[in-house]
Amino acid sequence: MWIVTLCLLPGAGWGVYLYGTRAALVLAAAILSAVVFEAAAARLASRVTLRDGSAVLCGLLIGMSLSPAVPLFIPVVASAFAMFVVKWSFGGLGGNWMNPALAGRVFVAFSWPGAMTTWPAPRTLDLVDGLAGATPLSLVKATAPERAQAPIAVLRDAGYPVSAFDTEVTSWLNVNVLGRAGVNLPTGYVDLFVGNVAGSIGEASALLLLAGTIFLFARRIITWHVPAAFFVTFAVCTRVFGGLTAGLGLFEGDVLFSVLTGGFVLASFYMATDPVTSPLTGGGMLIYGSVAGIIAFVLRAYGQFPESVALAIILVNAVVPLIDRLCRPRRFGHREVRHGS
Amino acid sequence: MVRDLTRGIFRENVIFVTLIGLCPALAVTTHVINAIGLGAGVLIVLVASNVSVSLLGRIVAPRIQYPVFLGVSALFVTIVDLTMQAHLPGLSERLGIFVPLIAVNCAVLARADVFARQVVPARALLDGLGFGVGFLLSLTLIALIREVLGSGTVTLVAFGDFDGVFAVPRMSDNPARVMVLAPGALLTVGYLVALFSRFRQGPVGHAAGAEDQA
Repeated sequence: MWIVTLCLLPGAGWGVYLYGTRAALVLAAAILSAVVFEAAAARLASRVTLRDGSAVLCGLLIGMSLSPAVPLFIPVVASAFAMFVVKWSFGGLGGNWMNPALAGRVFVAFSWPGAMTTWPAPRTLDLVDGLAGATPLSLVKATAPERAQAPIAVLRDAGYPVSAFDTEVTSWLNVNVLGRAGVNLPTGYVDLFVGNVAGSIGEASALLLLAGTIFLFARRIITWHVPAAFFVTFAVCTRVFGGLTAGLGLFEGDVLFSVLTGGFVLASFYMATDPVTSPLTGGGMLIYGSVAGIIAFVLRAYGQFPESVALAIILVNAVVPLIDRLCRPRRFGHREVRHGS
Repeated sequence: MVRDLTRGIFRENVIFVTLIGLCPALAVTTHVINAIGLGAGVLIVLVASNVSVSLLGRIVAPRIQYPVFLGVSALFVTIVDLTMQAHLPGLSERLGIFVPLIAVNCAVLARADVFARQVVPARALLDGLGFGVGFLLSLTLIALIREVLGSGTVTLVAFGDFDGVFAVPRMSDNPARVMVLAPGALLTVGYLVALFSRFRQGPVGHAAGAEDQA
């Protein structure tokens, strides 16, 4: 747990850099309250589980999935819900069937939808007034489907800025790497990738989050199954059907945009892989990731809220015991009993 | 006789102990006034149907008793429904389908079947009164928790210039909306059920009741 927390720190640090002390306050409120509530609940249950770091990690994940502009009671309520209701009502660490951080986030997202979708502009972007308050994802979601445009084009039309850094890197990529393969990358994706966009504290920078996962993979804290299955099904669904909601045809979806926006990277690598609420076997993890990917796509394309990954993971969390039953490993030395001979 | 009256309020509370009649408990408890209205409706129907069933109990042949019980409760539900529509149109509109649905409320049918048909009308009356009051209080408790947390208000009867809504200071600025949505209903009922079991049986694993649930 402590290692996962460490791996998240670069992403959190980037959030604090983008949004200033306000983001640090939100993170601190989430982590502190998670630790206090964990201590209180553990005391009630006469178990001591503060040292395993799960409370700190939970608080950090909650803080990172919030907008830096939320009133400070929101991270506290989210932590309280995560700790008391989701985690300790079911017996503490290992007993919860739902990821506490995600559940806390979803609870506050449904309770205070206004505050939860107010996004301040990051310091690196010069947003015009009408755009402050929108993430790329919510902006695209709010655009009428009659326009029949790819998401990146919607952003450009709405006047969402592209940084100089993005322009440079994209042109370098187009000349030196992609151009040789005959591909031309439009500007805008690099900003999404390095986290030069409005959004929640921790989900902005796919680059830094992915950098953290290298260590997780190297230490074998997470395996490839869940993120890979999640990514593949989500990408395939987005590619095939994603264009439909934007008024385009089949096979017109923008995978890169969908994967780089919203909490996809944070959720698929750090939240879906939670050892307590994901299946035990590799096969089970593949099923779990795939189902989560499909649900995430359906909710993102047709749901009421732009953000869907959290809901998708929570839904699949509920059926993890069934998946585990389905994928029970065969006992060592066990063979099918043959009748007759 | 006294036990007939008190049993339904706490020890065999329909919502929190036997977990029947949950559908309206989850659906209408977004405002306190809805809960009181529906609870009162159930109370009236339960008392009337209990007494009638007790009177009919020995006359009706066992093989047709359930249709008869349903007919009896439907009769009183219709009376309550039409009276409500005539005199409390606002409340009737808010409760909508849940007033006619009292006819198939498990609590009414369960009391008719397990108790009222076997006893004298006086005991059936007390029993209906007890369980009806228990139902009313449970619904009001659920609604109070949900409305205070989820809307930051307490809605009671409106009269004159007063619209019947009390705002809870501080809570009404930023209420936790989830609590008036479906998840809030399930959370509230779940925790209240846990609380009730705690008081009835003591801590988990120490009570005799723990075994028969396993």
